[in-house]
Amino acid sequence: MVAPDASADDRPRSAAAAIAAERPAGSQRALVEEARRREIRNKRLLATPALIVLFLAASGPLLIVLVYSFLTAGPYGGVVWEFSTEGWFKVLFQRDIFDDTLSLADAHLSILWRSIQLSFMTTLLTFFFGFPTAYFIATRPPKYRELWLFLITIPFWTNLLIRTFAIMEVIRAEGLINQLLLGLGIVEKPVQMLYTDFAILVGMTYVYLPLMVLPLYASMEKLDFRLVEAAYDLYATRFQALRRVIVPLVKPGIIAGSILVFIPSLGAYVTPRVLGGGKKMMLGNLIELQFGQGRNWPLGAALSITLLVIVMVALIAYVRTSAKPSAGHG
Amino acid sequence: MAELSGQRGRPFSVRRQTGFTTIAVVCFVALYAPIITLVVYSFNSSVSIASWEGFSWRWYVAAWQNDQVQQASIRSVVIASFAAVIATTLATMAALGTTRTRPYRGLTAIYAMINQPLMVPEIVSAVALLIFFAMVKVATGYTGLGYLIAAHTAFCIPFAYLPIRARLESMDLTLEIAAADLYATPWNAFRRVTLPLLWPGILAGAMLAFVISLDDVVITEFVKSAGQDTLPTYMLGQLRRAVTPEMNAISTVFLAISVALVTVFFFLSRRRK
Repeated sequence: MVAPDASADDRPRSAAAAIAAERPAGSQRALVEEARRREIRNKRLLATPALIVLFLAASGPLLIVLVYSFLTAGPYGGVVWEFSTEGWFKVLFQRDIFDDTLSLADAHLSILWRSIQLSFMTTLLTFFFGFPTAYFIATRPPKYRELWLFLITIPFWTNLLIRTFAIMEVIRAEGLINQLLLGLGIVEKPVQMLYTDFAILVGMTYVYLPLMVLPLYASMEKLDFRLVEAAYDLYATRFQALRRVIVPLVKPGIIAGSILVFIPSLGAYVTPRVLGGGKKMMLGNLIELQFGQGRNWPLGAALSITLLVIVMVALIAYVRTSAKPSAGHG
Repeated sequence: MAELSGQRGRPFSVRRQTGFTTIAVVCFVALYAPIITLVVYSFNSSVSIASWEGFSWRWYVAAWQNDQVQQASIRSVVIASFAAVIATTLATMAALGTTRTRPYRGLTAIYAMINQPLMVPEIVSAVALLIFFAMVKVATGYTGLGYLIAAHTAFCIPFAYLPIRARLESMDLTLEIAAADLYATPWNAFRRVTLPLLWPGILAGAMLAFVISLDDVVITEFVKSAGQDTLPTYMLGQLRRAVTPEMNAISTVFLAISVALVTVFFFLSRRRK
């Protein structure tokens, strides 16, 4: 896969190789080798500036977070350069201030658990709404599909904060939903929806819905409806055709969409901060707290690494499952 | 595609699924209703966002005259411009270095590195940059906008890279080889052949990078020094207090700019087919 084999080449791939290929036959092979080596060196050089910036302002700092998670917290934020596992310890346990007894850190664990639950439910809800929507788009006449798709993409590219703010206005005590409910006489006084888990769930579903629809659509667009037709020929009901034929065929899209929604949900910061109002926290807010009022940078660093590891495990699992079917398939 | 209708008088579509259209319509309405409400209420003359009291431009005027909003907007545009230009330049080079070649050693690592900002949760990147830049600040004493520009450039690179790479992959090397046959130097071949063909991809990448930088909240919130609010972080700060329709007015203008840019991007990337 790595070392290019010159003799197996069918035709010159680059301008440099093309020039080299016109030389007399004796030195040709060596020249092609040389040209190819130079080409690869140039290609690497071209990519280098971007990699340097990414290393300095994206990947490199992640390593520092790992280091910080093993240091001692400074009294006013920051760290003292002394090795300590206290940060990691506090992710799971807390020490009683009076008698030093240990117990599980309920606050942290419940926030971690809430984050996972909310992300899971967000994924389910976006799937429930996203699947029919993607199916609807994929079954439009081809010339209209792009327009429908564009309608899904627009909210996706508009500011996340503004979309969260829009949801906040709709569900607040004097918002559209409550006015509607009051007007219809369903409730007598406004329902408190803002600053609850429900608000975070609605907000995240709203914000991440396009991330579910887009990969689902990509799978459904390629769906061969002759197979669905065959199912009906074999007396399948609509639901059976859906469950036994359509869903298995678009499974890659379902997995991709679920990963794309679950991962940002788990690390969500803006939506729970605005809609949870600081009372209902998620992991992202807990991390921020350690760098703000909490003044425990090592704990914050350890929590960040925890989140990163969960996300990476999910991604690797995704790559594994999505690589399998294409490997054996012709 | 095999579209089939059953016997005459009883049309049967293999594509129909009960209830799907209804849910899809609900979805589209739910996607746009909150945004439309937000825009409508930006024209409300009332101080409270709760009740409608008639049409007015007053909140647009208020936002326009608000010094903090002005400064934050200028700062947002300055950062996004620098980040988009630098990120697009670097991404173009990286795309040229990673496409239209046989796989070489390190190519997978380069892909992973470029896509890394897309995979790591933003809050983790933000914390990492907060720690790293705090160290740099202590060491150098510099506290300018450079940190924000560097951070934005980094996370904009993958977004600029994707459309440029897609465009490059749809171009084969025939024209470049023809140019080389006609004794063009590599630089001339690039400038006169590759660049003009690649231009729509580069523009699309730059536009995407600009929008992404303009929209960023989390990383900016953590990296910024005091008095370096961008428009989104200013708005995030305001949301903690009582909100007036001024926020709706700012949001509406912001939305209009984003939608305009995305629409241009949409047509730019569509034309390549």
